[in-house]
Amino acid sequence: MTTMTDHPHTRPAPVTGRELRPQDEASARIWDVAATVNDPEIPVLSIADLGILRGARAEGERAVVVITPTYSGCPAMETITADVTAALNAHGWEDVRVELVLQPAWTTDWMSEDGRRKLAEYGIAPPTGRAAAGPVRLSLAVKCPRCDSLNTREMTRFGSTACKALHVCNECLEPFDYFKVH
Amino acid sequence: MSFASHDSATKQSAGHAITAEDIQAGGAKAAEDVARYALQLGDDALMLSQRLGWWIARAPELEEDIALANIALDLLGHARFFLTYAGTAWGKTEDDLAYFRDEEEFRSCRLVEQENGDFGQTIARQLIFSYYQYELYRRLVHSSDPTLAAIADKALKEVQYHQDHAGQWVLRLGLGTEESKRRMQEGLHTMWPYVDELFHDDELVDALGDAAVRPSELRADFDVRLQAVLDEAELSVPEVLGAYGGDRSGRFSEQRGHILAEMQVLARRHPGATW
Repeated sequence: MTTMTDHPHTRPAPVTGRELRPQDEASARIWDVAATVNDPEIPVLSIADLGILRGARAEGERAVVVITPTYSGCPAMETITADVTAALNAHGWEDVRVELVLQPAWTTDWMSEDGRRKLAEYGIAPPTGRAAAGPVRLSLAVKCPRCDSLNTREMTRFGSTACKALHVCNECLEPFDYFKVH
Repeated sequence: MSFASHDSATKQSAGHAITAEDIQAGGAKAAEDVARYALQLGDDALMLSQRLGWWIARAPELEEDIALANIALDLLGHARFFLTYAGTAWGKTEDDLAYFRDEEEFRSCRLVEQENGDFGQTIARQLIFSYYQYELYRRLVHSSDPTLAAIADKALKEVQYHQDHAGQWVLRLGLGTEESKRRMQEGLHTMWPYVDELFHDDELVDALGDAAVRPSELRADFDVRLQAVLDEAELSVPEVLGAYGGDRSGRFSEQRGHILAEMQVLARRHPGATW
């Protein structure tokens, strides 16, 4: 089969939301409001938890928020744009612009530890490895979010959304979604 | 391009569709020849996305409906980025380019326009095209045009998933039953005449220099990697001549008009319609 070892691109080291939060007060306030917006498909995770939120700044009276798509065709992006705008409107920012950046490309490495924990509590197994480390040829065990067993197997790699695979637990026999390393 | 840069690949105004004006305001305006190149890449992705959408509710199993739909969505995303960027050169939106051009104005390759046929034929097209796109994008990330590089960087990770999907199916069908093997081999035979065209250099690419990737330079790596997966699946590279004609200069497959008729009818009958 294919090998990905010839990948020319060193992936950027993980930059978590905490490191991206702006230093100046006005921009930080915009960030904090935008960070309250949740992903419409996984409502327990904020866009900051997922690493979609990449920047915020005040340009005079205008609030600018920078987000990155998880996947190119992700239908949630327009909802997120509308939700970010509504959240900032509610906090007094009338003029809001949401910018979309593609590079560096989104990776599950940007998901916060808190986000991973919340994902598991929600019933979706969080990513098991780091994309920045390169492709992992050996598959890592995925822990069942229901009974914590490591005795699980993949049902289909191509799950309900591009980001998920369907697994099943061999102990408690429940099927569950696994958020893939991307 | 960096985090939180003004120099974004594409820009959205809150509550509105991406517009050419927004991108122009952000300073990312494509040069004429870069735009023509982006149009080719966008048209390929758009046509294949439209083709794959047909499989929703028709694939051999539920998971496969979803997998092909997700791949189609990725490709639609790539098409939107490329067409939006191309449109900046001509003051057109992605919708202008997708819905209000005629057959002879599209620049897609003939492979992506081929009929879905049976599942083996669709998977053969997926295998060939995703392996080609992988070679293309992994070089395009180094483009001297920052917007093309950004789109390629995003798309590359997704195309790896598409390759994985196609490769898994080729193995399953090639090593499956006699019937699945026969159909997979016939699918390859049907699609193979359109392979050469993917690697054809033209004047546009010559003029673009470091902004573009020369298609002919992708061929050797493509051949090696494709041969490896076909060997593993106990299938063979078809011995069939390339289809006559066919480049991206406006000569197109007869299927293109049918795809556009389906894709464009709503936008043309109700211009400006939203829901």
